[in-house]
Amino acid sequence: MRFRFTQTAIDAAAARSELLDPGAGGFVTFEGWVRNLNEAREVTALEYEAFQALAVKEGERILAEAAARLPIKHALCIHRLGALSLTDMAVWVGVSAVHRGEAFEACRFIIDEVKHRVPIWKKEHYRDGDSGWVNCERCAAAPHAHGAAPAEANREGRGGTHAHGHEPNAA
Amino acid sequence: MSSPARAAVPAPAVFGLVLAGGSSTRMQRDKAALEYAGKSQLERALELAARHLGRVFVSVRAAQAADPARARHPLIIDSVPGEGPIAGIRSAFAAHPDAAWLVIACDLPFLSDAALAQLLEQRDPAASATAYASAHDGLPEPLCAVWEPKAAAELAHYQDSGGQCPRKFLMRHAVKILQPRDRRALDNVNTPEEYRAAVRQLDSEARKPMQLKIQYYALMREQAGRSEETLESAAPTPADLYAELTARYGFTLSRDQLKVAVNSEFADWSRPLAAGDAIVFIPPVAGG
Repeated sequence: MRFRFTQTAIDAAAARSELLDPGAGGFVTFEGWVRNLNEAREVTALEYEAFQALAVKEGERILAEAAARLPIKHALCIHRLGALSLTDMAVWVGVSAVHRGEAFEACRFIIDEVKHRVPIWKKEHYRDGDSGWVNCERCAAAPHAHGAAPAEANREGRGGTHAHGHEPNAA
Repeated sequence: MSSPARAAVPAPAVFGLVLAGGSSTRMQRDKAALEYAGKSQLERALELAARHLGRVFVSVRAAQAADPARARHPLIIDSVPGEGPIAGIRSAFAAHPDAAWLVIACDLPFLSDAALAQLLEQRDPAASATAYASAHDGLPEPLCAVWEPKAAAELAHYQDSGGQCPRKFLMRHAVKILQPRDRRALDNVNTPEEYRAAVRQLDSEARKPMQLKIQYYALMREQAGRSEETLESAAPTPADLYAELTARYGFTLSRDQLKVAVNSEFADWSRPLAAGDAIVFIPPVAGG
């Protein structure tokens, strides 16, 4: 049960090989990708940064929780940091288990919890030259009225589950 | 002793009398034992008085004389009938008839050196007492006041006539009234709520600035204009520190939008900070 960061492209094949297990009959992965559109704004690039000391602890707690809830064999989550371009992989989650059901369920649990709990931040760069920290600048504008750049004020944040991800519910 | 030079007659020496004989009914605990910044109010009052006066006594009822916290100090045990501050003050005069008494109640946690110094400097030995006017109602404050020896007979007469209230006594006698320079010095503490508020205030003031390391990420980093810094702060909790830094950097996120980590673990906003702690304010996350 590992959680780690990488500054370079995530090697999904190598990650998969870490989860191989003769007792595992199912293997499920989730990949989050950088998408070109978020809340009706055209995104050209992303930057990720993390408070790594705490993020790794919290990420590993999430994996341990998944293993405590569900009978899985192995789980791994790798999150990319730094500057990413469209179609780059931002996050990879893999789970191996005896049966597919637990693997699907655990994979979904892990990515949902990672998005909500792990101190990772995402800055979006837009086609119009503007940029903003996802989930931070719109909600900063609301209570203070003067908080963020006016261009941010109309964005609809939804708890960090947008910007990319090829799974319908992740976007 | 810096009393005004009044010709030939030297002013009586002033002794200290800390009143620790009350029943603390509203507080439901012995006020003398309440602690502020790690020290009981009785000890605080005695130390404060001892910085200004040669001899300091604790006024107690007979039933309290064996209490260990009181018994280790010079005591004046009530020797005149009746209850309350007047009995204590009269008992002090009975023990040392030639002394004036700087009387201090045991529920004044904000009492200060400045307040005692002003009282002693501006004392009028020719009056029955020198007292402050209350900041709240302008009436004389009997329980942080200098009582002159001539008040002894007046108090006896007042009490014999059925009087019990030292404030009313002062209002009816020749008393020099001072306006306190330290306006909060006479704020007294009667209820558990008032006590908690006073503790928090005094603890915070007693704290010395300590070195804290702050790391900034994402929006916080951009708004602070730095990714980390080591600074001196007396902020008792992360909540206080965030308020302090918001005043400095104009952070746009309110505290309820953030989480906080101390030493690389999520922490409560009210957790006490210690020197060397590393603090990270965590804006809304957006991984994945």
